[in-house]
Amino acid sequence: MQTRRVVISGMGSISPFGKGVETLVESLFDMKSAVVNVPALNDFGGLRTMVAALVPGIDPREIPRKHRRSMSPMSVFATFASQEALGQSSPPAEYFTNGRMGIIMGSTVGSPVVTEEFFRGYLTNHSTEGMRATTFFQIMNHSCAANVAQTLGINGRILAPSSACSTSCQAIGYGFEMIAFGKQDVMLCGGADEFHPLSPAIFDIMSAASVAYNDVPHRTPRPFDLGRDGVVCSEGSGIVVLESLDSAKRRGAPILAEIVGYATRSDTSNIADPNSDSMEACIRQALEDAGTSADAIDYVNAHATGTIQGDAAEAAALNRVFGGNVPVSSLKGHLGHTMAACGALETIASIAMMNRGAIVPTLNLETIDPLCANIRHVREVERLPVGAFVKNSFALGGVNTSIVIRRYEHD
Amino acid sequence: MTDREIITLIDTTLVNEFELNIDDMAAEASLKDDLGLDSLDRVDMVIVLEKAFGFKMGEEEAIKAIRTLGDIHAFVINKRLEMQ
Repeated sequence: MQTRRVVISGMGSISPFGKGVETLVESLFDMKSAVVNVPALNDFGGLRTMVAALVPGIDPREIPRKHRRSMSPMSVFATFASQEALGQSSPPAEYFTNGRMGIIMGSTVGSPVVTEEFFRGYLTNHSTEGMRATTFFQIMNHSCAANVAQTLGINGRILAPSSACSTSCQAIGYGFEMIAFGKQDVMLCGGADEFHPLSPAIFDIMSAASVAYNDVPHRTPRPFDLGRDGVVCSEGSGIVVLESLDSAKRRGAPILAEIVGYATRSDTSNIADPNSDSMEACIRQALEDAGTSADAIDYVNAHATGTIQGDAAEAAALNRVFGGNVPVSSLKGHLGHTMAACGALETIASIAMMNRGAIVPTLNLETIDPLCANIRHVREVERLPVGAFVKNSFALGGVNTSIVIRRYEHD
Repeated sequence: MTDREIITLIDTTLVNEFELNIDDMAAEASLKDDLGLDSLDRVDMVIVLEKAFGFKMGEEEAIKAIRTLGDIHAFVINKRLEMQ
């Protein structure tokens, strides 16, 4: 079946480094850590991790009240990131209303911040009295997608995938397929999450949250490092504008990269434990979807969150697919784990790296764990021509996702 | 509490909740057309006024007939009189 080529014509970021793609990329190349000690986490009994990476400098009041009233922080993040991405892409006005431009964006859950507020009242008073009419719109699972669509007036398809850490990679993948198969022309794709103590608590309960670096937060997480001890939760939103190549060329849109392959697979070996065979199968399927081979890949942006098991499994999978020569790095050492936003934020950063011809190394990778060896780790900023890269996201629940993106060669 | 104090409390409560301009809080102002309050806002309006005045008003039939800010002023003033 003949499918259409799909390119990226805009990118937007709200990250723990602040607002904007440029801020994100500069901070990564400057090897900054956004991770801080969060004293408020001391208030929660049983919680051992005291670190997080939080979005600074956001003023929700920049969004008109009419739209802001149904937004929790994650929708605010998604709206700002979407505005930046659309600002760069600049689709014409008719795209917003012709039903051919849609939205795919999700979060791990509906707003945990507002859900807590709701249940505090519900459990205390056993009553719905005093409940705001706008509460539901903040805690529904498709809150980000719906709020962005409403705020920006986008009338095409609307979908809200929710697969934790794989969410925004899946959003990009599904958008890619919808455009490739001619069902939509433009898709605003990505994800968002807001920080809540429940996020690190979930990882902490499974002994997968970083607890040993509470006093030196910038030293964690430590992807692939021998001293890694788990995830650091963070927040933000990454949004990309996907567009058919025909549409982008016709209207002279910026073409930042081309998406050429996508795979997502369910790993049924265990709902929590990462499995390198499943990861490998996912990466290989994405390469097959792209009609390419491992030889054509110049860089892998790993999921690598800094957990003992996950990083080792991914390194093993990468070794089997790419051997020891393809440069690999993870951006979690800088950003922490932005959860549902990570796939899109790290894709955006990787596209920026590709277009700069330079790769950001893995922050806090000092001593490579032998279990994570046998792949080519990027240890310092390297100038490398990148023609194509793979972005991985692997989620709790057994949801693996890989995307293949290549440089767009202008005519 | 005088009628004037009641009106002031209503107006400031709504200004704060809905980020309105105090200069727009005229009695004849339409909630929908002049103040831009839609059906969702009307639910939250009742909630914040109940909190401000300490009595229930959401189940009152009269609340459905409210169209202007002056209607709210009159409703709350009458409701307080009934309760005395």
